[in-house]
Amino acid sequence: MSGHATYQPTSPFMKWFERRLPIVGLLYSSFVAYPTPRNLNYWWTFGGILTFFLIAQFITGIVLAMHYTPHVDFAFNSVEHIMRDVNYGWLLRYMHANGAAMFFLAAYIHMFRGMYYGSYKDPREVLWILGVILLLLMIMTGFMGYVLPWGQMSFWAATVITNLFSAIPGIGEAVVTWLWGGYSVGNPTLNRFYALHYLLPFVIAGVVGLHIWALHVVGQNNPTGIDVKSEQDTVAFTPYATIKDSFLMVVFCILFAWFVFYVPNFLGHADNYIPANPAVTPTHIVPEWYYLPFYAILRAIPNKLMGVGALGASIVILAFLPWLDTSKVRSANYRPLYRQFFWIFVIVCVGLGWLGSKPAEGGYVIVSRIFTAYYFLHFLVILPLLGLFEKTKPLPNSISESILSPAPAASVT
Amino acid sequence: MLRHILAAILAASLLGLMAPHPAAAEDQTEQNHPYEPPPPPKLKWSFAGPFGHYDQAQLQRGFKVYREVCANCHGLSLLSFRNLGEPGALGYSEAQIKALASEYKVQDGPNDQGEMFERNGRPADRFPAPFPNDNAARARYNAVPPDFSVIAKARTYERGFPWFIVDAFTQYQEHGVDYIAAYLGGFEDKPPPKVNIPAGLQFNKYFPGGGNSMPKPVQIYTGLVTYDDGTPQTVEQYAKDVSAFLMWAAEPHLEERKRIGFQVMVFLIVFAGLLYFTKKKVWSAVKGHT
Amino acid sequence: MTTVSAEPTRRDFLFIATGAVGAVGAAATLLPLVSQMNPDASTIAAGAPVEVDLSPIAVGQVVKVFWRGKPIFISHRTKKEIDEARAVDVKKLPDPQADQDRVKKDHDEWLILIGICTHLGCIPLAHQGNYDGWFCPCHGSQYDSSGRIRQGPAPANLPLPPYTFLSDSKILIGETQPPKA
Repeated sequence: MSGHATYQPTSPFMKWFERRLPIVGLLYSSFVAYPTPRNLNYWWTFGGILTFFLIAQFITGIVLAMHYTPHVDFAFNSVEHIMRDVNYGWLLRYMHANGAAMFFLAAYIHMFRGMYYGSYKDPREVLWILGVILLLLMIMTGFMGYVLPWGQMSFWAATVITNLFSAIPGIGEAVVTWLWGGYSVGNPTLNRFYALHYLLPFVIAGVVGLHIWALHVVGQNNPTGIDVKSEQDTVAFTPYATIKDSFLMVVFCILFAWFVFYVPNFLGHADNYIPANPAVTPTHIVPEWYYLPFYAILRAIPNKLMGVGALGASIVILAFLPWLDTSKVRSANYRPLYRQFFWIFVIVCVGLGWLGSKPAEGGYVIVSRIFTAYYFLHFLVILPLLGLFEKTKPLPNSISESILSPAPAASVT
Repeated sequence: MLRHILAAILAASLLGLMAPHPAAAEDQTEQNHPYEPPPPPKLKWSFAGPFGHYDQAQLQRGFKVYREVCANCHGLSLLSFRNLGEPGALGYSEAQIKALASEYKVQDGPNDQGEMFERNGRPADRFPAPFPNDNAARARYNAVPPDFSVIAKARTYERGFPWFIVDAFTQYQEHGVDYIAAYLGGFEDKPPPKVNIPAGLQFNKYFPGGGNSMPKPVQIYTGLVTYDDGTPQTVEQYAKDVSAFLMWAAEPHLEERKRIGFQVMVFLIVFAGLLYFTKKKVWSAVKGHT
Repeated sequence: MTTVSAEPTRRDFLFIATGAVGAVGAAATLLPLVSQMNPDASTIAAGAPVEVDLSPIAVGQVVKVFWRGKPIFISHRTKKEIDEARAVDVKKLPDPQADQDRVKKDHDEWLILIGICTHLGCIPLAHQGNYDGWFCPCHGSQYDSSGRIRQGPAPANLPLPPYTFLSDSKILIGETQPPKA
């Protein structure tokens, strides 16, 4: 975490303090003087946006926790108490619920950006894997948060998802009972999910710290995918990156505000306004939109154990991406074939999302299978082979050259 | 390359989608199709859109319908009498709410003797439930009439692709009230031919599956609720008014939400504009950027 | 580090022993922390066996009772449903089991099931689907009039709870033997 300029304290107090705890210097070199490639486009602002939403979720979440009651008899009504009686409670709750959706949206854009520009490749493998761990933690946290309002979807999502563990041969049933703390999803389950939903964000914050640390060790990738060679290739983080991040963050907040104020329940499900009833299953159990692609993969496979395995594999396989992609060239700007396959992959992921929201019957199942097969094919066959056979375009000599005298290939973004 | 692969995936997918569903095929021959209701008509609501606000007179009429008809079976357990007079609500004065609350009997206690007792309601009390518990309702009606506190948000209907995406942009959020209004007007004495409704259930045109446990609310089909303001006493009008009231019950802060939302939007757009020009100014010092 | 010798020394033994004792301590500490997640004493007590009177259940009716928070289906089967369940070629079923093995002897008309779909735990709906049995609305699994999986993603038949007949019209769910008087 060193930049080109180091912090020089001027006042006697700061000199005294900096000798004892050089935190200002650390912050200065990490977030002010830190050199960022000068050619970063707006897709690189989503890291900052994610940090913003993590903090926003922390603040709204802790405030909501002051009014929420984690008990099967009171949870639903305490959420309604927040919505009706707590001052601005409706705003905080809608911000927290829609903020989770925005968080996932930003995370998916951030990941697809990494895939397009090969940001997972040497030397950024650990950085990427930390990101996959963050995704897993987010999935767990989001799922447990969705259970807390204790509506019909909360209850049945909890039942369906915890039952995934019953697919483990031999000990499955015992594991599920252990997760529930009972013989079915009930009060102990809700109570522990609440505790974990409060805990996991701190774990996320810790891993985000590692993620940023790893980023500052290896430096940011950039749209050309070539390494920073001289100081001319970079600009200081502040003001250049900060102002650019801030601009897009506010634009993204317009989208966020649109959901919070005008269509706050659009991304939710009407059934979750029905209090949880263990005796009645909703006709159509759907997870939140950000889990739909994984849900489609789960349902595409008729065998229970295999389905759960595929669901897990669809996330775990991301961690192996740095080694599955054999190409030496990072950026898709210089990989004409990969670029096409990238967009097919995006379409397949969105398609899986749509299929996840459809009932698991007839034609939908068949299409889900085709898309699921393609999802894994992309990682296991297409990416390894592409790196061996693809003819890549010539790379520019340096980042600054790509900007000042753009080669045709580099002008794409 | 891209086109070929995409075409192959698309073709395979289309084939998959068109493949007959084995169970569906059998359904047609062996059993009759489950009844598929038509989509409810989209009505005009004063609270729709970015500047939406409740029509106080309509909420008051809807509340009257609720009290005289629905409240016999359906609770409003999350609402208190005081809510009726809050900003963005029905516009009743404090005295009116006090008078209204005292018309209800509320259980309180225990008193000094350790007995529970009944007293007149106060504005801070919740609406009393029509049944002491679910089983009492089930014993009487063979079903539990759902509570109405958030029903307008708990009901919806399938919009389908691409409308569900369009709705996010047009801010169409009135699925619940449209459904409820259609449902209330959708009771028909006889199901259409070929639709079989299990014995003991009532046919409703808009209810998924067609048969539901709620009997036809006779009072609103015969114009028994009196409106003092000259509003027509028709099924459609009753249904619309009570639906609007239920929307308010489910989302009492809607007006405030939309008002603040507009302020936030203006702020964010101005701020984003300023940031954009500041960003341009800052980056103008860097060669190769405009 | 000083000199490294290939021979295990007394010092190595001390290090290993210290490490092992520490590991045992850590594992022992973990035990209560893991165990507290399991059902607590009150939950287990609430899972005691329940008696159900069968006499009010009409032929063709399915009632739902709860035991340990799980729905238990009690199906008073019609002659047709029993015959259908027995006419099936058992070997061709996804989870082969004869109908006779799923009911108690001399009580063919009473089918007692845990009403939880073996796929992902939803509650199947009675008298639906193509097999005169149950249909799970979540992912479309279909069970026949013996509660056996016939179609859909569920891997196994609806499980049977432990139960026993106390008399011809009374069962005890949760025990396989009538309690001794």
